[in-house]
Amino acid sequence: MKAFIKKEVYHIFRDYRSMLILFGMPVVQVLIFGFAITNEIKDARLAVLDHSHDEMSQRLISKIASSGYFLIDRRLESANQIEQVFREGKVKQVLVIPSSFGHDFTSQHQTSVQIIGDASDPNTANLLKNYTAAILQSFQMEELGKLAFPIEVKVEPLMFYNPELSSVYLFVPGTIAVILMLVSAMMTSISIAREKEMGTMEVLLVSPLKPFQIIVGKVVPYVVLSFVNALMILALGAWVFEVPILGNLAFLLAEVLLFIIMSLSLGIFISTVSPTQQVAMLLSMFVLMLPTILLSGFVFPIENMPVVLQWFSHLMPSKWFIIIVRDVMLRGSGIAYLWKETLIIVCMTVFFVFLSIRNFNIRLA
Amino acid sequence: MIEVRNLVKRFAEVTALNNVSLQVDDGELFGLIGPDGAGKTTLFRVISSLLLFDEGHVEVAGKNPVSDYAAIRQMIGYMPGKFSLYQDLSILENLRFFTAIFKTTLEENYDLIKDIYVQIEPFKHRPAGKLSGGMKQKLALCCALVHKPRLLLLDEPTTGVDAVSRIEFWEILKRLKQQGITIMVSTPYMDEASLCERIALIQQGQIMGVDSPEGIIKTFSKPLFAVKADDFYSLITDLRDWNEALSAFSFGEYVHLTMRSESSTAMQVESYLFSRNHSSVSVKAISANVEDSFMYLMLKKEESQ
Amino acid sequence: MIHDTQYIIEVENLVKKFGSFVANDNLTFSVKKGEIFGFLGANGAGKTTAMKILCGLSHPTSGKVKVAGYDIYTQKEKIKQSIGYMSQKFSLYEELTVYENFRFYGGIYGMTRLDIQEQTTQLLSRLGLSQYRNRIINTLPLGWKQKLAFSVAVIHRPAIVFLDEPTGGVDPITRRQFWDLIYDNASRGLTVFVTTHYMDEAEYCNRLSIMVDGKIKALDTPQGMKSGMGCATMQDVFVALARN
Repeated sequence: MKAFIKKEVYHIFRDYRSMLILFGMPVVQVLIFGFAITNEIKDARLAVLDHSHDEMSQRLISKIASSGYFLIDRRLESANQIEQVFREGKVKQVLVIPSSFGHDFTSQHQTSVQIIGDASDPNTANLLKNYTAAILQSFQMEELGKLAFPIEVKVEPLMFYNPELSSVYLFVPGTIAVILMLVSAMMTSISIAREKEMGTMEVLLVSPLKPFQIIVGKVVPYVVLSFVNALMILALGAWVFEVPILGNLAFLLAEVLLFIIMSLSLGIFISTVSPTQQVAMLLSMFVLMLPTILLSGFVFPIENMPVVLQWFSHLMPSKWFIIIVRDVMLRGSGIAYLWKETLIIVCMTVFFVFLSIRNFNIRLA
Repeated sequence: MIEVRNLVKRFAEVTALNNVSLQVDDGELFGLIGPDGAGKTTLFRVISSLLLFDEGHVEVAGKNPVSDYAAIRQMIGYMPGKFSLYQDLSILENLRFFTAIFKTTLEENYDLIKDIYVQIEPFKHRPAGKLSGGMKQKLALCCALVHKPRLLLLDEPTTGVDAVSRIEFWEILKRLKQQGITIMVSTPYMDEASLCERIALIQQGQIMGVDSPEGIIKTFSKPLFAVKADDFYSLITDLRDWNEALSAFSFGEYVHLTMRSESSTAMQVESYLFSRNHSSVSVKAISANVEDSFMYLMLKKEESQ
Repeated sequence: MIHDTQYIIEVENLVKKFGSFVANDNLTFSVKKGEIFGFLGANGAGKTTAMKILCGLSHPTSGKVKVAGYDIYTQKEKIKQSIGYMSQKFSLYEELTVYENFRFYGGIYGMTRLDIQEQTTQLLSRLGLSQYRNRIINTLPLGWKQKLAFSVAVIHRPAIVFLDEPTGGVDPITRRQFWDLIYDNASRGLTVFVTTHYMDEAEYCNRLSIMVDGKIKALDTPQGMKSGMGCATMQDVFVALARN
């Protein structure tokens, strides 16, 4: 067993391509996602149609302008201009302030503003809408506080647990999920398929090694590597993007380990059904990577998906993992709140381990 | 050591092994001779317990490869046809790995592999992927031997290996046999058949004959002549056009001509060739070799079908 | 150098080095038009390296090489047009039909559709496989595939065809039929450059060279080699040379 692990480590460290994937990918992904996303919503151009022109509306506008997310592109004179500015394409959002804004706000403590987004890019539009809503909310709290009125707080969970609206937070869990899937599932499935291709699997099978020894020997180095990777991503998140880890670190790492084992069992399962490296690669790409990126809520919000895809997203282990990591890191939740998600991943792990063992043949074909 | 009776193995619509029966005795050097796709690898996999079969009876050292596969795997050394070492590991690392998975050490059975290992030892730190074909085969053989198996199954160990390395490889096998190891080896090279004690000729999943090389040659019952002339190509075509000739195959610088009639003579062949205007004709009656016999049996099989 | 048009491959002082390793050490030989030239050598002797250079796939470190009258340094593309290549691993597409394979390879060499059709018809009738024109390759027996692969390699009427261990692992009858095909084509003027591990096949060549450790150790007719070294068979010649 020790010899097996040693051999596996040699394979990994002698292949510079896998080394690059293992250690280059996580860093690059975190940096790309982190910076790309923060830049995308920094200095978004905003047009304002202010019907009230009072002191309160001025304060709101300057609050928005100073948030760092918006740049006041221009002020509009009439509603007719709205379509035109969107057509020009630079302005992403228009804020419409009603004529009696200041008056309603102070006397009735209730008023409304209209946010019009350019939904040709729905993700950005959605994000900007949320940001504006959050700014409005904090504006409301500030202003009401000054007037010493009872404070009504509307809770928008996304904003609440991510008060600076820094979206890079949300990408750390997602990147961890993708990288762990990649390293654990893809690399193990490919490395097992390679043994089949080279004919070395035949020799391993006729040796006194038991199937579980072959699997464990294959898997242990990747558990360690995946864990190192997860630590790298967390560290990058914490130092470069200053993502807080509010929850218990030990609990978080335990969940990470659970997810790694899940991914590995999935990888072994894939390798049992793929005769060649190529098939293993394609299967991992289409069964693991794409759904992880597209359906787990990592890139596209699940709420915005068609209902059918939402059902599918429940089948994505990474969806539950992302929820867990997000909650532990940003909300400080513990097992008491996350037992359901954890249980789902445990069940999936058991399922795939069962499938792999059933499929792992002591013979060829 | 090995007993195979009426073995049938099918893959979807292809019958890879069709009613195969053979026996390998203890301590024997047994050759399985046949071209690619004849079913050699499938037979090896069945014997090594890696493949299940559809019909028939297989026993390896009294053990059943279906129910008692663990016992068989403990006792055999198997070298698959597709070269089976880790290309990115060095000679020494490969050896250490294979000794470890068989729960032994290099030192323990060193005397068994010593002869082979000293030939590759100067390159022990070179990755297996960068070795020549002959050296790879020697290393693979070492790895199959480290646990001192009673039965050595070698699937086409000499394919793609040059003539010199092949000779060396067979010398090694003879020495291993003297140490009491039963060896079953397959090869597509007919000239290697005479190096085995007994051989089985296999073609399209069927055994055409099992016997000693001499015994196989005895089945060749027709007169055989080695024929030579100046224009080699037209010599072959003229002989094939001849009604009296059963077959004419090139064999090095000669054409091996098999006659239909038992009473054919060299004179008869010479006069035919003179009538076709060949010069420097030489005709010698010869006895058949394994390759002649293989082709003869192939033709006989085709005729009967 | 022999400046004679009867030579179709002319190699003079060819050297190929990989770093400090000399794969081809000062090779000098030439191949006559219409000749079957055997290129023998142990594994790792440098056969493949030399063959790659002759096919225009790799640059020599130094030396003069002319193939089909073209210079290897400056006229690689011309060389590729005038050679055919077939290796042990067939170059046929298994899922395509016989004709589709011919059409594809003919197309690569810029042949017209009409020309491809004519060549296909002719080559198939020579093999006696005309009725299998529209069969999928992987339904055909190994021996046929091999002959088809050869025909595909010569569809564009090359002057030389390079065969890299064309008969490895093939049954003895098919192997000989393949050599009949080589003879047939050589008798029509095609030059055949062939490597093999079967020593009896070495005897079928008009002339052959034996490489050992990057050098050509012998270059002669099979008969000349055997009598020169006092050996009975080519096997003995080969072993004697390689063991030295």
